[in-house]
Amino acid sequence: MVSQLKAPAQTLAQKLIAKAAGRPAVSVGEIVNCRVDLAMFHDSSGPRRLKPMLEELGAQVWDKSRIVLVMDHYVPEQDDDARRIVRIARQWAQEQQLPHVYDSQGICHVVLPQKGHLRPGLFCVGGDSHSPTGGAFGAYMFGIGSTEMLGVVVTGEIWVRVPETCRMRWQKRLQAGVSAKDMMLHMIGRFGMNGGDYQAVEFCGEAVQALSMQERMTLSNMSAELGAQAGLIAPDEVTRAWLAGAGVHDIQTQGWHTDEAASCVTHDFDAAELAPQVAAPHSPANTRPVQTFDGTPVQVVYVGACTGAKLDDLRAAAQVLRGHKTAAGVRLMVAPASRQDQAQAEAEGVMQVLRVAGAEVLPTACGACSGYGGSIPDGAHVIATTARNFKGRMGSATAQVFLASPYTAAASALRGRITDPREVLA
Amino acid sequence: MNGPHKVWKLGADVDTDQLAPGAYMKLGLLEIAVHCLEGVRPEFAAGVRPGDVIAAGANFGIGSSREQAAGALVQLGVKAVIAPSYSGLFFRNAFNLGLLLLTCRQAPVLEEGESVNLDLSTRAVVRANGQRLDCEPIPDFLLAMVQAGGLLPQLKARLRRQEVSA
Repeated sequence: MVSQLKAPAQTLAQKLIAKAAGRPAVSVGEIVNCRVDLAMFHDSSGPRRLKPMLEELGAQVWDKSRIVLVMDHYVPEQDDDARRIVRIARQWAQEQQLPHVYDSQGICHVVLPQKGHLRPGLFCVGGDSHSPTGGAFGAYMFGIGSTEMLGVVVTGEIWVRVPETCRMRWQKRLQAGVSAKDMMLHMIGRFGMNGGDYQAVEFCGEAVQALSMQERMTLSNMSAELGAQAGLIAPDEVTRAWLAGAGVHDIQTQGWHTDEAASCVTHDFDAAELAPQVAAPHSPANTRPVQTFDGTPVQVVYVGACTGAKLDDLRAAAQVLRGHKTAAGVRLMVAPASRQDQAQAEAEGVMQVLRVAGAEVLPTACGACSGYGGSIPDGAHVIATTARNFKGRMGSATAQVFLASPYTAAASALRGRITDPREVLA
Repeated sequence: MNGPHKVWKLGADVDTDQLAPGAYMKLGLLEIAVHCLEGVRPEFAAGVRPGDVIAAGANFGIGSSREQAAGALVQLGVKAVIAPSYSGLFFRNAFNLGLLLLTCRQAPVLEEGESVNLDLSTRAVVRANGQRLDCEPIPDFLLAMVQAGGLLPQLKARLRRQEVSA
């Protein structure tokens, strides 16, 4: 960060954008053009939309080495439309000889870092709204639509308005059975689904530093539900150790933080005081402490999605379910977020605990989270570890979907009603 | 903007799953558009006419990155959306697809079925009674994008220019 010695105090977001814009510093509010280090898209947002537009333009991909394609939305293919969409993706990957393609390996936001594509300092875009997940690694990453992705794929550039930064500072430590998902639901409940106002949020403080990498990813992931463009966490030794495990070495963490004197808004939270949180139908912003919903019957428990079925999420669910069975009449579905996470969960005995408890293990894909797969019965009360409970999103307009952490979802599966996981873990 | 435009009124927090329901996402834009907003205004897709506008509450377009949410409105001929605030991701998608979004704090005063004119030179929504509702400024390059019909036509022109100069 030698080039920034004389730069004014900057936020982490400003530093990341300045680097991508080839500038020593940038000011909040200015619109700048950035060079894209990495563009990620999936079978739904990617080739089926990009290929015809590229052909219409007669244009080539700017840099194949900077593109990652993940097939996760329509796999496994359930009908002819899905087969057609996935076939387009596979054929295009072959035609283009793309070097980074992950087919049915898991959900893009989880696969991307696991395959070593993320590191601090990068400027990345993703063809999916949960792309801010990459912010957990100290990369500036945000979601864009397919037409805008076309622009990136052709030019390697994109514009951004340099955002203000809102720091969410979590002091002290979370209680056992309380997790990053609860922190996020609490913040969304407090600030609303557009409370982030398309600015950058930055998660910091002792409780955030104490989180595992995948728990940090949950915070950054649901920055989308906060309406932020990016959800950043300053990289540290936790980041370094996790990335080393993914084969990414020699990362630069120094300098990638918000300067003390930088201008930003800070909100303080007490992690030790936080109870498990539940968002009632039909918005993540309808969040209250779990006791508000205590006793509400549930028939379906879904542990899935990039938000809530990573290895650490599966471990959390297993911690609650170990040695127990789900209540009569409860259907527990588990869709691990990636093959790698599922394999590790198998090796640790976590998957076995879940199966013995009665879980039905679904393919590692986006699945029921976005109504693309799985079956949520009409009228059912569902508790899900996913990010969104919009009416009809999971496929049934009459289903009542509650959002919660893997701990709370698992505890609710045991009792057949919404349950504070601390009662089970105690 | 050739007006007047008939207003379709919607509430706050209209999400992308309402604009482009997930169950139809595997289909083309023509089919998705048929189901646009069916959960909140079942008569919308069949009843909306080219040139009509939507007046909505805050946080229009929250949710997914699926640009079909904006694309369905373009497909149906919606001229503009008028709302106090938008999802940032939806905002980018709309301009990229040539859909004008007017950020207007007073949007909720607009009434179902009334006629309005859009005066882009003074950034105002003008009601039949002459009342002017001020809108926030839009960067010039985004206005140019909407007027060009979106990013794709702009990219085409850019590539043509490069060919000519090459």
